[in-house]
Amino acid sequence: MITVREVVVPSTTDEAYEALQKNKFATLLGGGGFLRMGSKNITTLIDLSSCGLNDISEQEHEWHIGAMVTLGELERHSALNRDFSQLFKLSVQHIVGVQLRNVVTLGATVYSRYGFSDLITGLLALPVQVKLYKAGTMSLEVFLEKGVEGRDLLEMIIIPKGKTETFTTSLRNSDGDYSLLNASAALFDGNWRICLGARPGRAQLAVKAMEYLNKQSNWNEALEETARMASEELVFGTNSRGTGAYRKEMAKVLVALVLKEVANSETEHNH
Amino acid sequence: MKLNTTINGMPKNLEIRPDDYLVDVLRANGYLGVRQGCDTGNCGVCTVHLDGKSVLSCVLLAIKAEGHEITTIEGVPQQAATIANFFVEQGADQCGYCTSGTVMNILYMEQLVEDPTEEEIKHFLKGNLCRCTGYASQLRAIQAYFNLRRQQKSEGQVPRGGYEDENRKPESP
Amino acid sequence: MKIVNQSLPKMDGISLVTGKPVYTDDLAPKEALVVKVLRSPHPHALITSIDKGRAEKMPGVVCVLTHQDVIRKPFTRAGQAYPEMSPHDKFLLDHRVRHVGDDVAIVAAIDEKTAEKALKMIKVTYEMQPMVLDMETADTMPPIHPEEDIKALANFGHDPAHNIAGRVDFELGSVDEVMPECPVVVTHTYKTQGQAQAMMETQRTYSYLDVYGRLVIVSSTQIPFHVRRILGNALDLPLSKIRVIKPRIGGGFGSKQTVHSEFYPALVTMITGKPAKIVYTRREVFRGTTSRHAMTFDITLGADRDGKIRAIDMKGIWDTGAYGEHAATTLGSAGKKVLTLYNKVEASRFSGKAVYTNHVPGGALRGYGVTQGIFALESAMNELAETLDMDPVALREKNMIRKGETTKLYNMVTKGAGDAPMYMDSCLLEECVSRGKALINWDQKRITPQRHGNKVRGVGMAISQQGSGLPNIDMAAATLKLNDDGFFNLALGSTDIGTGADTILTQIAAEALGVSMDKIVLYTADTDVTPFDSGAYASSTTYTTGNAIIDAADKMKSAIVTAAAAYFQTTEEHISYQGDQLICYHPEDSITLADFANKITYSTMHQQLCVTGSFIPKKAAPPYMAGFAEVEVDLETGKVTPIDFVGVVDCGTPINPRLASVQAEGGIVQGIGLALYEEATYTRTGKLIQDTFMQYKIPGRADVGKVRVELLDGYDETGPFGAKSIGEVVLNTVAPAIADAIHHACGVRIRQLPATPEKVFMALREKTLDKK
Repeated sequence: MITVREVVVPSTTDEAYEALQKNKFATLLGGGGFLRMGSKNITTLIDLSSCGLNDISEQEHEWHIGAMVTLGELERHSALNRDFSQLFKLSVQHIVGVQLRNVVTLGATVYSRYGFSDLITGLLALPVQVKLYKAGTMSLEVFLEKGVEGRDLLEMIIIPKGKTETFTTSLRNSDGDYSLLNASAALFDGNWRICLGARPGRAQLAVKAMEYLNKQSNWNEALEETARMASEELVFGTNSRGTGAYRKEMAKVLVALVLKEVANSETEHNH
Repeated sequence: MKLNTTINGMPKNLEIRPDDYLVDVLRANGYLGVRQGCDTGNCGVCTVHLDGKSVLSCVLLAIKAEGHEITTIEGVPQQAATIANFFVEQGADQCGYCTSGTVMNILYMEQLVEDPTEEEIKHFLKGNLCRCTGYASQLRAIQAYFNLRRQQKSEGQVPRGGYEDENRKPESP
Repeated sequence: MKIVNQSLPKMDGISLVTGKPVYTDDLAPKEALVVKVLRSPHPHALITSIDKGRAEKMPGVVCVLTHQDVIRKPFTRAGQAYPEMSPHDKFLLDHRVRHVGDDVAIVAAIDEKTAEKALKMIKVTYEMQPMVLDMETADTMPPIHPEEDIKALANFGHDPAHNIAGRVDFELGSVDEVMPECPVVVTHTYKTQGQAQAMMETQRTYSYLDVYGRLVIVSSTQIPFHVRRILGNALDLPLSKIRVIKPRIGGGFGSKQTVHSEFYPALVTMITGKPAKIVYTRREVFRGTTSRHAMTFDITLGADRDGKIRAIDMKGIWDTGAYGEHAATTLGSAGKKVLTLYNKVEASRFSGKAVYTNHVPGGALRGYGVTQGIFALESAMNELAETLDMDPVALREKNMIRKGETTKLYNMVTKGAGDAPMYMDSCLLEECVSRGKALINWDQKRITPQRHGNKVRGVGMAISQQGSGLPNIDMAAATLKLNDDGFFNLALGSTDIGTGADTILTQIAAEALGVSMDKIVLYTADTDVTPFDSGAYASSTTYTTGNAIIDAADKMKSAIVTAAAAYFQTTEEHISYQGDQLICYHPEDSITLADFANKITYSTMHQQLCVTGSFIPKKAAPPYMAGFAEVEVDLETGKVTPIDFVGVVDCGTPINPRLASVQAEGGIVQGIGLALYEEATYTRTGKLIQDTFMQYKIPGRADVGKVRVELLDGYDETGPFGAKSIGEVVLNTVAPAIADAIHHACGVRIRQLPATPEKVFMALREKTLDKK
């Protein structure tokens, strides 16, 4: 059970950030989906719904996605999904149900850096920038790895436009469960990105595997080796859904699968 | 604190506490068709609509409804009765506890997916768990309901969308 | 027959689906105190001190109760006929806690938030005790029930000093003599997990004192009469001071066959005089109630080379957790209702022990031990078929029980059966198997598994039976009252837990009385008003309560005939009861039932016709089922996807075929959950890991594939209008059939459920390494 003493609904991110710093028991409220499981005593709950973080907006060279955009909105946004080969739809479609996806927000998911997140794994396939109120703009991979000092406020993510093919998938014990492992890949302006999440630790790029594949002239012949490299370079742990040994084996399978999908789409669209 | 919201088309000014969940506020105010199954956002039993979209009232704090429109099963009596008839005809009602949430999500699906296929139904409603029926009878009932809707639409009887009140519009794309 | 064997809609369905307030919490008085239970964070500990002072002083807190405030009297929470076969090993509250989630203290407050806060204010000091977390070695560990004052009312080998909650042993012939003679012997070990009932409505109860100061309990229960007796025993109240009412129930599956949420508000109401209610959280259900007993079975089968099975040996260990609820009875069912399927053996033996551990208690769950026994035995049968290089169907056809056959085992394991052979005259198992085989296209699919890329499809099968009520143990009664205008009140103590029992029983009453459904007004279940019924468990409602209704209807018809004879001033043999009307042959006359009822109520005779009938099953009337599974195995990941499941069921004559089919569909999907998805594992410190729906995964609609059910046209002469049960038998074949389909697809045997992707993958890898 959580307890909340008061709620504030700031109308700017300045006000929201100020309220957050005022008291260490102040907490940001996105959708509230994850709050439920905790037993926090919160003095001030800062509802971000009126800070102008609710939009998905297309700029000339980028997409800006506000922190308060729900997973459901990402899933159903046709232009965004068209630009990134349905990545957002594919990333969130297995998360419990539409009712939960209409509550959970992008910002809370990304800021919390949850290891199990399908969405983070999907996003990491792209050169996503995270815009924080205090810490400024940084790449998603740096944010995931290092986090930020103190308590910050995620305003939006920025995704550059480019020639893109993506794919993401997950392995689950049952359809509505958390991922046992998830993987994504993208070819972005000719560069490969490969990501594994739910290891069960936080999603990470398989940097060596990416470098290897980027050097190859014939991708299709190198995909299996790339997948093997990805499974070797990242660390896999054990939780109630699976062991580290199994995850490592599955990393090969899932990475090979997402790479093949991306390579095939690339061939289809460009040759 | 006060919550200004609209429930089933009626403006409401309710006394709540900041840490109240929507499901509890709704039940305390007599909307007992909203039931609760799991308290972790996994079962879909507590599904209601917020501005026409399905949400889980057990994970949504009541304050999130400030200035918004909530619809519970009590707010869609005709539509619920129509779907209920198909459920009962197929024996898909069983203990019934999950069904009010499922009906709400079927109405939401109707707004977003035209003529859903079997796979689309299974995918869209997978956030609504049921332990009694094994889902097969529910699928038959839902397909029969959409057949009726298709027929009604082709005969020009009703506008598209789960709400028959035209003032409530489907979300913008 | 015009009303039974008809797929009528459930009478309460529209109310349920349109969200009418009909469940327990919908009806609770608004002013009811909210009750919460403080639960143990430790698997085994002694409470050395407990300080409730701060909690009691909190504004809004009405009372706080610990073991020091309540009477100490052992009882069992298991809802069973008295004297219960489960040991009396539970106290209202105790100074010893035996599992994470065991009850420590009770708080009642003006609202939920205050009660939750008060829980945190109770200061408890625990002294850790040795944990017993492994059922295999539990009997060598220090006892978790060392207290002197617990007892067993039935002789089931209760031996708490060795952590034994009960033993079941029986043998037909001599396994030790026959087994060594068998040229083919197969031995394997099988394990099933502590599956959760996972009904959508958690346990909940409210209570208040009526105008006479009696305790009224309104509860989501399968067993109102057992609740009254168990509460009376635990609270030391005469049963005349307790009334139990059940409203609509949001699912049961056995979860509400054990008394849980009733104790706490009852105590609070007794102490404060105020209405009180408790609604269990989902986590509380997982940690603080019961699950299916986890088990390990060693099975040895002896057969001739031609596939004739000669001896079966089943040896099992049952994890009953902290309390012995339903322990020996589920364990016994795993043998009694399983071994009898193979009636041609020369010898069969069952020996099992149920052990106490510091896990969440085992309890009743649809299938009630038979599910576990069938998984083990039917899996072993499929392995025997493989060893013999025989089609599993052919192995069944050669050895399974058929119509008109029997085995002495039925007499040995059925209470009060006597020596006369119990022939299974209504058994259609053979037809179930042949029909299922045709529906799944077995002969073609079983030849070679279909492979597409890395995905392979295989098929597998299993058979099962269950009981129809408990012979010579459980009883049901039905009261019928004729009203003016010619309609009947039917009062039953039975509980419809979502199955449609109320509708089915009304169909039986209407048929038996020869009137339309709208002439029957049903009321269930209220211990003050309705006659006794053991409750909704052991697949008994249609069979046992249905027969009680027929008995009541017969009595009502003869009461009407007697009264009509007086009305027509003739003798009974001249009166014919024809439902809506009464015909008198001498003198020739007739009257509608409505007019007759008006006459005897108002004008001429001033009579209230009211009769009660009852029934206790005398003979085993097992329903049978054959289940055929088709699955797809992803060889790269080990993930198993259910494609198709065909269940063919012999439930006698179904009273309501559609509702019976939906029972089967739902049961099959629970079986799919058991087979593939539902994990119940513990941390090293004894905490259940899967204790919310976030962690515990029941199948969703995208997880189950196609499910097809066919009911055969059977007839059992002991059943109401030929009906046998259906509620439980439908779950049992699924896991062994799926396990065999996995083997058929990819050659690996999963002997420990659930068959997760990792287990299948690792087994596949081992198989590949073996080959190399």
